Amino acid sequence: MHIPDGYLAPQTAIPLLAVMVPVWGIAVKKVQQTMKKREVPVLAVGAAFSFTIMMFNLPIPGGSSAHAVGAVLLAILLGPWAACLGVSTALIIQALVFNDGGILSIGANCLNMGVIMPFIGYYIYKLIKGSASAASGRAIAAAFIAGYLGLNFAALSTSLMFGTQYEWFKSASGTPLYFPLPLKVAVGAMMAEHLTLAGPVEALVTALGLSFVARSYPELVGEEMPLNVNNNLGVNSHV
Amino acid sequence: MFKRYAKLWWALGIFVLLCPLGLIATGTAFGEWGLDELAKSEEVGFIPQGLAKFADFWQHAVLPDYSIPGMTATFTQSAIGYIVSAVVGVALVLIIISLLGRLVKD
Repeated sequence: MHIPDGYLAPQTAIPLLAVMVPVWGIAVKKVQQTMKKREVPVLAVGAAFSFTIMMFNLPIPGGSSAHAVGAVLLAILLGPWAACLGVSTALIIQALVFNDGGILSIGANCLNMGVIMPFIGYYIYKLIKGSASAASGRAIAAAFIAGYLGLNFAALSTSLMFGTQYEWFKSASGTPLYFPLPLKVAVGAMMAEHLTLAGPVEALVTALGLSFVARSYPELVGEEMPLNVNNNLGVNSHV
Repeated sequence: MFKRYAKLWWALGIFVLLCPLGLIATGTAFGEWGLDELAKSEEVGFIPQGLAKFADFWQHAVLPDYSIPGMTATFTQSAIGYIVSAVVGVALVLIIISLLGRLVKD
C-alpha cells in the first residue's frame, strides 16, 4: 500500500502532502493536550510495532503481496490522533531510509494509512463496542471488525489514488503518464487482496493486540477503578 | 521507558526477530512495481513517461528495500539485512516519538 514515487502525478502528490502538513499540526496539538506522559512509551512501542508489522509481507496468490499496518490497534489504545502521528512516523522513516513508499507520495501514504485507517477504525470500534468494557468479548469483536474495515478503507483510498491517475493524466498520444492501469482494475485488484487476505490478518492483529494489552496492562484500556470520574474521562478521551 | 510496559517491549522484540518471515512473500505489492517489472509485465508492458521521470526521485535510502546493499544473494543474507533494517527502523521510530513525547504536558 506504500505508493512509490512516479505512480502519482505531482499535481496529485503535492496537494496531498500539503493537506497532511496541517493534519500533522493538529495531531501534535491534540496529542499534546490529551496524552498522558506515561502513555508516550506506549505510542513509541506502538509506532515501532506498526513499522515492524508492515515488514511481514503476506503472499497473495498470483505473485503479489500485501501486509497489515497496525493503525487501528494504535487508534483503539491511544486515540486516532496519536495513531496518526505514530503511523506517519513509521511511514516517513520507511520512505527515507528504506525506499518503501515514495518521498513525493508521503502525503498520500500518510493520508491512507495514517489518517483514513485509524480514524475509520477508531469510530467503528467505538460504535460496535458501545459501553462494554475494553476487555470484553464485545470489544475484542469490535476491534476485529474495525481492523478489517480500517485496512480496507485505506486500500480503497489507495486504489482510488492509483486509478484516477490513469484516468486523468495521459500523453498526447493517449498513453498513461503515471499509474498505468484503469481505475476499475486498480480498485478490483487492491480490494481483492485486502478483503480476502490482508484484511483478516489486520483484524486478527487488532483483536489479539487489544486482548494482549487489556490483559497485561488493564490501565491502558481505561479499566482502572473509576474512583475519580475526571481521571477516568482522561483515560478515555483521546479525541 | 522500557520498564513500565516490559511485556510490550518483549513482544516487539519477538516481532523484530521473526520479521524475516515477511521475506517468504517474494511478490511485489500491487502498484509498487519497479521499472523493469513494469516493462516486463503482461498487463502493462511499458514504462509510463511521467513515472520514469519521478521513480528515482529519492536516492538516499541507506537500506533500500530493507536490505544491506550487496547482501541479498542468499536467504540468510536477506534475513540478516531484514532484521538489521527492523532494528534500525525501530530505533529511529523510538527516537522520533521520544522527541515528540517531550511536548506532552500531562
